[in-house]
Amino acid sequence: MAESAKDAILVRIRTALSGTSDARADAPAEAAAAAMPRAYRQQDARNQTEIVAELIDRLRDYKAHVDHVEPAALAEAIAHACAAYGIRRLVVPADVPAEWLPAGVEALRDDPPLTNAQLDESDGVLTGCAFAIAQTGTIMLDGGAQQGRRALSLVPDRHLCVVRADQVVGIVPEGISRLAAHPTRPITFISGPSATSDIELSRVEGVHGPRTLHVLLVVEG
Amino acid sequence: MATRETGGIRPLPAFPDTARVALANTQLRRNLGKATTTIRAKRANVVSELPDWEELREAGAAIKADVMRHLDRYLLQLEESVTRAGGHVHWARDAAEANAIITRLVRATGAERVVKVKSLTTDEIGLNEALRRVGIVAVETDLAELIIQLAGEKSSHILVPAIHKNRSEIRDLFRRTIAQGQELSDEPQQLTAAARRYLREQFLSAQVAISGANFGVAETGTVAVVESEGNGRMCLTLPRTLITVMGIEKIIPTFRDFEVFLQLLPRSSTGERMNPYTSLWTGVSPGDGPQAFHLVLLDNGRTQVLADEVGRQTLHCIRCSACLNICPVYARTGGHAYSSVYPGPIGAILTPQLLGLERAKTLPYASSLCGACYEVCPVKINIPAVLLHLRGEVTQRAGPLDPEGVVMRQLATIFASPKRYERAQRLGRRGQRLFVRDGTISRLPGMLAGWTRARDLGPIPQQTFREWWRQREPQGSQGPKGGA
Amino acid sequence: MRVALFITCFNDTLFPQVGIATTHVLERLGHTVIFPEAQTCCGQMHFNTGYQRETIPLVRHFVEVFGDAEVVVAPSASCVGMVRELYPTVAHLSGDEKLAARIAALLPRVYELSEFLVKRLNVSDVGAYFPHRVTYHPTCHSLRVLRLGDAPLRLLRAVKGIDLVEMPPAQAAECCGFGGTFAIKNADTSLAMLGDKMRSVLDTSAEVLCAADTSCLMHIGGGLHRLRAGVRTLHLAEILASTEASAETSSESTPEEA
Repeated sequence: MAESAKDAILVRIRTALSGTSDARADAPAEAAAAAMPRAYRQQDARNQTEIVAELIDRLRDYKAHVDHVEPAALAEAIAHACAAYGIRRLVVPADVPAEWLPAGVEALRDDPPLTNAQLDESDGVLTGCAFAIAQTGTIMLDGGAQQGRRALSLVPDRHLCVVRADQVVGIVPEGISRLAAHPTRPITFISGPSATSDIELSRVEGVHGPRTLHVLLVVEG
Repeated sequence: MATRETGGIRPLPAFPDTARVALANTQLRRNLGKATTTIRAKRANVVSELPDWEELREAGAAIKADVMRHLDRYLLQLEESVTRAGGHVHWARDAAEANAIITRLVRATGAERVVKVKSLTTDEIGLNEALRRVGIVAVETDLAELIIQLAGEKSSHILVPAIHKNRSEIRDLFRRTIAQGQELSDEPQQLTAAARRYLREQFLSAQVAISGANFGVAETGTVAVVESEGNGRMCLTLPRTLITVMGIEKIIPTFRDFEVFLQLLPRSSTGERMNPYTSLWTGVSPGDGPQAFHLVLLDNGRTQVLADEVGRQTLHCIRCSACLNICPVYARTGGHAYSSVYPGPIGAILTPQLLGLERAKTLPYASSLCGACYEVCPVKINIPAVLLHLRGEVTQRAGPLDPEGVVMRQLATIFASPKRYERAQRLGRRGQRLFVRDGTISRLPGMLAGWTRARDLGPIPQQTFREWWRQREPQGSQGPKGGA
Repeated sequence: MRVALFITCFNDTLFPQVGIATTHVLERLGHTVIFPEAQTCCGQMHFNTGYQRETIPLVRHFVEVFGDAEVVVAPSASCVGMVRELYPTVAHLSGDEKLAARIAALLPRVYELSEFLVKRLNVSDVGAYFPHRVTYHPTCHSLRVLRLGDAPLRLLRAVKGIDLVEMPPAQAAECCGFGGTFAIKNADTSLAMLGDKMRSVLDTSAEVLCAADTSCLMHIGGGLHRLRAGVRTLHLAEILASTEASAETSSESTPEEA
């Protein structure tokens, strides 16, 4: 039965298009793709310093917290953030380096995989990221290095995220093109804490997902 | 041919009647007015930031046009990619078939409760009712959808469905349902926190989730959900089984095309540079998220829309609601007046094409043709052109004895001949004497009474322009027939 | 130039003073105005109401009448909008390629009044004098179809003695609710839109409301008159025709004592 629904729909489509008076209708897919108008910006012309500065600006605009740190000071910044938020049990992906983990904080490594209850009862999560887009203040996770599976950065109420300056691109097309190297990974775009404007259009931040987003932006001296 | 009607064959209520009722709802008018004014400004602001907005619109329009022209090919490619990545693809000719497939899939898991991400497509097919009939509860997890579900109502806006409710109504609702026995003020913050507590339990224990899809990439099999609250991420990540219902027109050809649509959509819908959360997933990822993924591809009338060369562009819609927010009609009548899951300007062209013109023939006229929708549409759907096209279809089907048609055809004959035209002018001028009082016409009969209900009309002047022209001293040259 | 005046059936019958004013303005600028008397109606009302095939004979007639004109000018953004935007569609419907070709050749010569003055003739100051407080409503056809831009405002700003006050852009740009047969078929919604437009007009404390379309003016002005708001309407041409020497045109687009 599923088969015949598929056939039926394909027949409908071909019939619907058969009268099309457009020459391009017969063009092969590659030719059509090549002819697509893409005159929008593909590349950000600014230098990396400006781009990183814009990311910080956009993150703060979304009320995410941003620490601007040198590589050597990263561990200390993480420890400081944990203390500030009262984080005692910290979820981490299995491949997060030991140097990142503050003393006095119980690190819950996701190996073997933590249960939903454990994630829910934790105080926060620490991850890296795949890339970040400055223009929109977006952090992208794709489950790659130091990111772990999606539930880790979703269930705990505070998300500490390490972003390196060299991971920051300027505009959206650049971010997508980086992700396109591994398009079938599970990908999450995060642009600030969750929000709703569903009650009389008053914007309320922090519905589901971590209500605190704390970014540790690592910039070489 | 399989039916494309989702609920019976009765015509929808006439828009002028439903609009009249809605216009009298003062709370709706205030909420809508405030919401649309706010969002319009936000949208204009973030769009003006981009120097290449028009180029993005151009690309979006071209990509979607290409998708429609090769829809069969792209659907087959999508099916292949999703299957390769461990997902299952199902095809549904209409709402009934889609509901049957989904019900079967849910039952196979043994679950009696599913969590849902907001999806207009699932509203379109009446999924929640179909599930309820077999004892499966679908818990809406979008705050606004939760509100209207608890209240037993229908959405009035694509993006802000509970816009017609105020905070104290919502507090009372929550006290009766999800927050029984809790101290609750009507502060949005508290109301949201109450919803969060209730829904968190649901997320952490749910076995099955049902979502829609904003985009489905043919090349890679990647599906995307764009959201703000985080309930999408919860539903798409935590349960074991995920079922996604996607209209066949939601396809985009390549992964790269996200660079266009993820710029167009957030700025057009919520007026933000980017919405808080976007999730992309492909089939099944071992150890991460649902281990069973089902994609249900839905026709339900879309292939009919595809068959109309002018109407086809309606399928380009990415459900941003920019047209709703800018529309002077929608901003005053709200969504219920359109009697459809899809309201506003896009609804005025999509609903008649999906349901059949006979069922929704007043919708193409629910517009003053101001063109503001076309200006803001991120994929350049020429809504006014499609409205005009559909109006043409409506009059053609009305038959030769339709009273309005008879009058209009008579008028056309008069206008086609200068002699008849001038005679009609003189007749009108004589005939108006009945209606002119103290230099004004304040009451007109029959169909025209609508005009004088709230407006005065000046009398037809005693001399037409051409009569003035003929009487004037010849000044310069004036050819015998003018332009010859 | 020899300017063929396309008066529009609406102005011809209900607002002849707009045609008279247009004639005066063009002649004052040294052009010859001719009036092809066989003209009737552009067909917009029929087309927009869905009677699109019925406009074919009207389109043919228009092309017959104006086809050889050096230039065609109309004091109506909506009628020029019909001709420029939709005549090619009507030609396509008729399947008559000769008609399509004649339309394509004619369209570049068809202008709305303000765009003719400002964009074609490069003139903003037409020597007008109008010492009154005026606000301007950019009709939907002016704004979105013809994209007149600020041409009408430039002409108004150059009028001697004028006290020009603009409505806030977002309010000015919103449709007044006329929409042709929309005002009849969806009367309630039309009136809701009219109410807000009148409020925007009244908030400017203007004495006169001006626009490039008498259709919208009839709708807004009709409402203002019913409310005894004390605001009158004038078409752009009427203001431009007003000079220190001439008496200001006393008839208007709203009703008055006979």
